[in-house]
Amino acid sequence: MSVALPAVDISRALIRISHEIIEKNSGSDSIVLMGIPTRGAFLAQRLAQKISTIEGHQIPVGTLDITLHRDDLRMNPIRPLVPSLSPTGGIDGRDVILVDDVLFSGRTIRAALDALGDLGRPRSVQLAVLMDRGHRELPIRADYVGKNLPTSRSQVVKVHLTEIDGIDEVVLESEEVK
Amino acid sequence: MMRHLLSASDLSYEQALLILDTAQEMAKVSESSVKKLPTLRGRTIVNLFFEDSTRTRISFEAAAKRLSADVINFSAKGSSVSKGESLKDTAQTLQAMGADAVIIRHGSSGAAKRLADSHWTSGAVINAGDGTHEHPTQALLDAFTIRKHLHVGVGDLRGLTIAIVGDILHSRVARSNVILLSLLGAQVILVAPPTLLPLGVEAWPAQISYDLDSVLPQVDAVMMLRVQQERMADFFFPTAREYSHYFGLNRRRLSSLKSNAIIMHPGPMNRGLEITAEVADSARSVILEQVTNGVSVRMAVLYLLLAGAPSGDIEGSVQV
Repeated sequence: MSVALPAVDISRALIRISHEIIEKNSGSDSIVLMGIPTRGAFLAQRLAQKISTIEGHQIPVGTLDITLHRDDLRMNPIRPLVPSLSPTGGIDGRDVILVDDVLFSGRTIRAALDALGDLGRPRSVQLAVLMDRGHRELPIRADYVGKNLPTSRSQVVKVHLTEIDGIDEVVLESEEVK
Repeated sequence: MMRHLLSASDLSYEQALLILDTAQEMAKVSESSVKKLPTLRGRTIVNLFFEDSTRTRISFEAAAKRLSADVINFSAKGSSVSKGESLKDTAQTLQAMGADAVIIRHGSSGAAKRLADSHWTSGAVINAGDGTHEHPTQALLDAFTIRKHLHVGVGDLRGLTIAIVGDILHSRVARSNVILLSLLGAQVILVAPPTLLPLGVEAWPAQISYDLDSVLPQVDAVMMLRVQQERMADFFFPTAREYSHYFGLNRRRLSSLKSNAIIMHPGPMNRGLEITAEVADSARSVILEQVTNGVSVRMAVLYLLLAGAPSGDIEGSVQV
């Protein structure tokens, strides 16, 4: 197990991404942050906080549970649903920024795009992730990346956040040989 | 999660709460602009109804369709059952057509269990009412409705007192509700004339009263049961008028309820018999909301029984 991103780097990456989001969208008037539970939701809250501080007004933030849109439901045991939270003002005509912790196969994001379509019709959808570990199985890429981390498929990237794990860090684990 | 839902007593406390919490999320789908999820795409669900039903069958159908499952409706009337086909042959026919779940309503108590224990069908079996035995999804939607109104939609039903009034003897709704509501921590009071209480009711986790007027001021919810005239070959009370007088919910009794108490009825109602039209249509009545909640609860049950890998357990989030 090795630490891929310590707390100080997570904080730095989030500040940088906040600025990039404002820069790319020429301000923050039209943006809405949608976090993908569990940890993406906390990251979205943090980004919204930082952007609000920089811009001086509140950024709408919500969560998007994508469980019911997954394409691998039949392959795994049942997952309990996570309460989803609609952002104030909805997403119609807004620039929606999806936030997740790790970008891997891209299947979660595909499901999230479907789920967004049920909520409304955003003007654009962008993607922010803390870690991009490669191994995409779908034509999906992130607009904002905290850190690109080359991995092998058998490794596991674990994001820990203080809100739920008591500590901020990203660790890279090699799967144990059984 | 278990494979079938046959009885409220199959549920553990955790499973019951999981269904209610899942239903809460499903309710959001019913409120959104696109009332459809791809979750059960390509799965086939059969509504196998040997007894008449309006709301339960339509509710299951709406729930299955909102999750994108294909629904086949079977009713005994107009089918080969009226030519004398047995439950076994009917079930095997449906199995040959590839049913992933069978939702069964039958006039005989234990029919759902018979189907689940047999090898006639490999799908999940959901009991939508078997004789005078059980109707677990009705109890779940009642618990959901009570929780939403009186516990702001979270946790269990601890601290609440619920009266179930009327024909307890023939009521599968009452039986399932007594089991589930007491599992969730509520106190249940059954109110009925002695002739409409089943044998052995003293052993149920509920109090028994013969006096509706003394019970009403202490309850948080009152559930009126339909007088099941079609099951009454014998005389259980002298006249309908006398029944209404002692056990019907009317304007006078409505005023003796706590200010936040709700009035429920599983439907269909006999207006003027167990409940007056005025009370059924009053602001305290949540009868139509029970119907709405029924769809969300059945979506939750279908999701939890069908969506995951076969014989899977609940797990936490995994990285993908």
